Amino acid sequence: MIGYIFRRILAVVPVMLIVAVFVFLLLRLTPGDPAAILAGDAATPAQLERIRTSLGLNEPIYVQFTTWVDQLMHGNLGISLISNTPVAQMIGQRIWPTINIAILTIILSVAIAVPMGVVAAWRHRTWVDYAVMSFSVLGFSVPVFVIGYVLIKFFSIDLRWLPVQGYTPPSQDFGKFLSRAILPCLTLATIYVALIARMTRASLLEVLGEDYIRTARAKGVKERVVLFRHALSNAAVPILTIIGTGFALLIGGVVVTESVFNIPGVGRLTVDAILARDYPVIQGIILLMSGTYVFINLLIDLSYSFFDPRIRY
Amino acid sequence: MEFKSRDFAGAPTLLSIENLSVRLAGNRDARPILDDVSLTIRSGETACLVGESGSGKSVTSLATMGLLPKGVLEVSGGRIVLQDKNLLDLGPQAMRDMRASHLSMVFQEPMTALNPVIRVGAQIEEVLDAHVRLPKHEKRRRVLDILDQVHLPEVERIYASYPHQLSGGQRQRIMIAMALILEPQLLIADEPTTALDVTTQKQILSLIAELQEKHGTAVLFITHDMGVVAEIADTVHVMKHGRIVEQASSGDLLRTPREDYTRSLLRAVPSLVPRPPRADAGSEPVLQVEGLMKYYGRGGWFVSREPTKAARDVSFAISRGRTLGIVGESGSGKSTVARCIMRLIDPTDGSIKVGDTEISTLSRQKLRPHRRHIQIVFQDPFRSLNPRWTIGQSLMEGPLNFGQARGEAMARARELLALVGLPEDAIDRYPHQFSGGQRQRIAIARAIAMEPDVLVADEAVSALDVSVQAQVLDLLDELQRKLGIAILFITHDLRVAAQICDEVVVMQKGRIVEHDTAANVLGNPRNAYTRSLIEAAPGRGWDFANFRALPSASVEKTDLQVPTE
Repeated sequence: MIGYIFRRILAVVPVMLIVAVFVFLLLRLTPGDPAAILAGDAATPAQLERIRTSLGLNEPIYVQFTTWVDQLMHGNLGISLISNTPVAQMIGQRIWPTINIAILTIILSVAIAVPMGVVAAWRHRTWVDYAVMSFSVLGFSVPVFVIGYVLIKFFSIDLRWLPVQGYTPPSQDFGKFLSRAILPCLTLATIYVALIARMTRASLLEVLGEDYIRTARAKGVKERVVLFRHALSNAAVPILTIIGTGFALLIGGVVVTESVFNIPGVGRLTVDAILARDYPVIQGIILLMSGTYVFINLLIDLSYSFFDPRIRY
Repeated sequence: MEFKSRDFAGAPTLLSIENLSVRLAGNRDARPILDDVSLTIRSGETACLVGESGSGKSVTSLATMGLLPKGVLEVSGGRIVLQDKNLLDLGPQAMRDMRASHLSMVFQEPMTALNPVIRVGAQIEEVLDAHVRLPKHEKRRRVLDILDQVHLPEVERIYASYPHQLSGGQRQRIMIAMALILEPQLLIADEPTTALDVTTQKQILSLIAELQEKHGTAVLFITHDMGVVAEIADTVHVMKHGRIVEQASSGDLLRTPREDYTRSLLRAVPSLVPRPPRADAGSEPVLQVEGLMKYYGRGGWFVSREPTKAARDVSFAISRGRTLGIVGESGSGKSTVARCIMRLIDPTDGSIKVGDTEISTLSRQKLRPHRRHIQIVFQDPFRSLNPRWTIGQSLMEGPLNFGQARGEAMARARELLALVGLPEDAIDRYPHQFSGGQRQRIAIARAIAMEPDVLVADEAVSALDVSVQAQVLDLLDELQRKLGIAILFITHDLRVAAQICDEVVVMQKGRIVEHDTAANVLGNPRNAYTRSLIEAAPGRGWDFANFRALPSASVEKTDLQVPTE
């Protein structure tokens, strides 16, 4: 097990390196000159040149890359072209709302989606099943921002149950945090719930046909125990996998949702940075996101052996 | 041979199934799956329900347990009365309460019947949780006690084990423990030993008999194996197409079967008496195996461990037109040998010669032209044909790969179908349109399409009903006479080996322990392991096909040689 964890962590290194190269090149090769944006419309060529030199944009691309990687190694994500503050610090200021929203979304999604999928599989080919599947298709197809606005219109404007936008840290006032975070989380969760519910249903349907389910019923145990103890624990691995891979959807969704609900998180930071062509910030964010993605999937891989004792590394 | 056939005339009726009918859910017009089935079981009795696959044996047992697949099958008439209570009238909760406490069930496949992610101790405790309230330590004590009763070793360790850490026989013991912990009056055992080796089967059968004696349980034992019937049954119910065609005590049924169907079932049971030896033409061997070794799991960079020796120094040879059987229990290495010979896996060491060509070391590329000389038929005809290909496509694939023209290959495919006794129009149909026996014929046709010198049959008749088994064995025999193929026949079933093999190799733990003519191995075994295999064969003293005991001489002879331990 220890050996396996070590090998898996080692394997993360090349993945992150490739991500780094890709991120670096992608942004340097897209058109648009940050110096021009920084200097404004009225800048003279001499001013532009001065800015470029000060940012190192005139250096050959490989020099820019090695400098950048060297800084990364020292925990230095660079300095924002726009605000002149360190990127790490900017992200640090914005990360907590995003983390809180993400955790709440995952908890909410799993809590809604798994029972939904289980019931759909249990009531296979009845209206319950069809309802869950229809919701699932809908959840996939409707864009995140549409869901956000519809929820705001319904719950905040028409019913006036919840605030329209904004964010309060949970440490300050947990109740307020919840009341403000619940809509963004529901928005984000829709597609995630659709995905997880579908996978839970499919994976459970397969397990429900297994001999040991019949054995459990032959023992006279309650249907609830059959479903949640015997079936769900065997269906866990594919469900976990989809939670891990679906995390990418969450990252994409965060950017849109934070803009819709005006939450000062990394998602909004991303939008601002892209609009301003603030390369170091964009790079920092992408690295952070892919690092998180890889890390979460690593954790999920390692957790398989907890759910299935036959899996040993 | 002594039959159990105890007299239950005075015993109270425990279970009575009266005019039970089961049909496909929501389809009133289709032929019923169970048609007017009636049977009674008295306290302490062992009733065997026999019949071929699809005869409705399992449906009868599932209906009794209230476990018919929902939305697929439904009871359309009749009563199932257990101790004056009609089980069909019970609601879901009341039926759940009956299960495990009044009637319980053991299934066929111990490998899949236990939940793989829950420790077996907890799985047995769950039965107690569902039906009685007990303090924690008392539950544990009872589970350990029942584990001990089913003769599992080191009960503490087993208690904390997961199913995959146990052998098939051990898992079946767990299932039995689970079924009997609440001492139900009725145990339904659905082919509980079919997936087990003969020696394990013997142990499980005697375990069930022992616990039955101890707790006074009645047993409804479902089986397709007449040998098992002869060993354990008091009464026998023969099923065919969802009806019971004959009911009698086991002695009467095996001695004087009344119905034609019962007679044909019994006639199809292969005899343990080996076929008369055929003259060996003494020609050059077409397949020679010398010192074959196959080791698994030699460890990698990070792990070093003792490799599993699946085949150790295996040597034999077959010449044209002869059949060599490899018999042994699961894990003995017989399938490993077959796969090495096919080069489906690479042998660790040793030589395999097909004709004059050494194929054990050829590269994949160089091996290709030689593959046509050696072909294989697998065990499970339901999974060995591509479900999305027509039979024609499956039959033609090999010849086309070896450069035959399409029209020619098509003509050949038709010939092959005729040769294995299938209609010509089968060529455009798909595997699911055929029965198991027909599919196995197709698999054989596919194998001989390449005109191989050697045909490897890996448990090729094990998944088939006895009557179909007999037909497929006849087909193999006929093809061998026509085409002169050498057959390497791998089986765990000594009866089958006796029917078809000229020579028999007995394998145990990767080694050959005995190699002789079929007559000698089966009639005069020298090795203790071979003897234990023969002894474990159920119903070996009975000549089923002729409804009489085997001439005692041949039975006594093997008996005499069993060393007294």
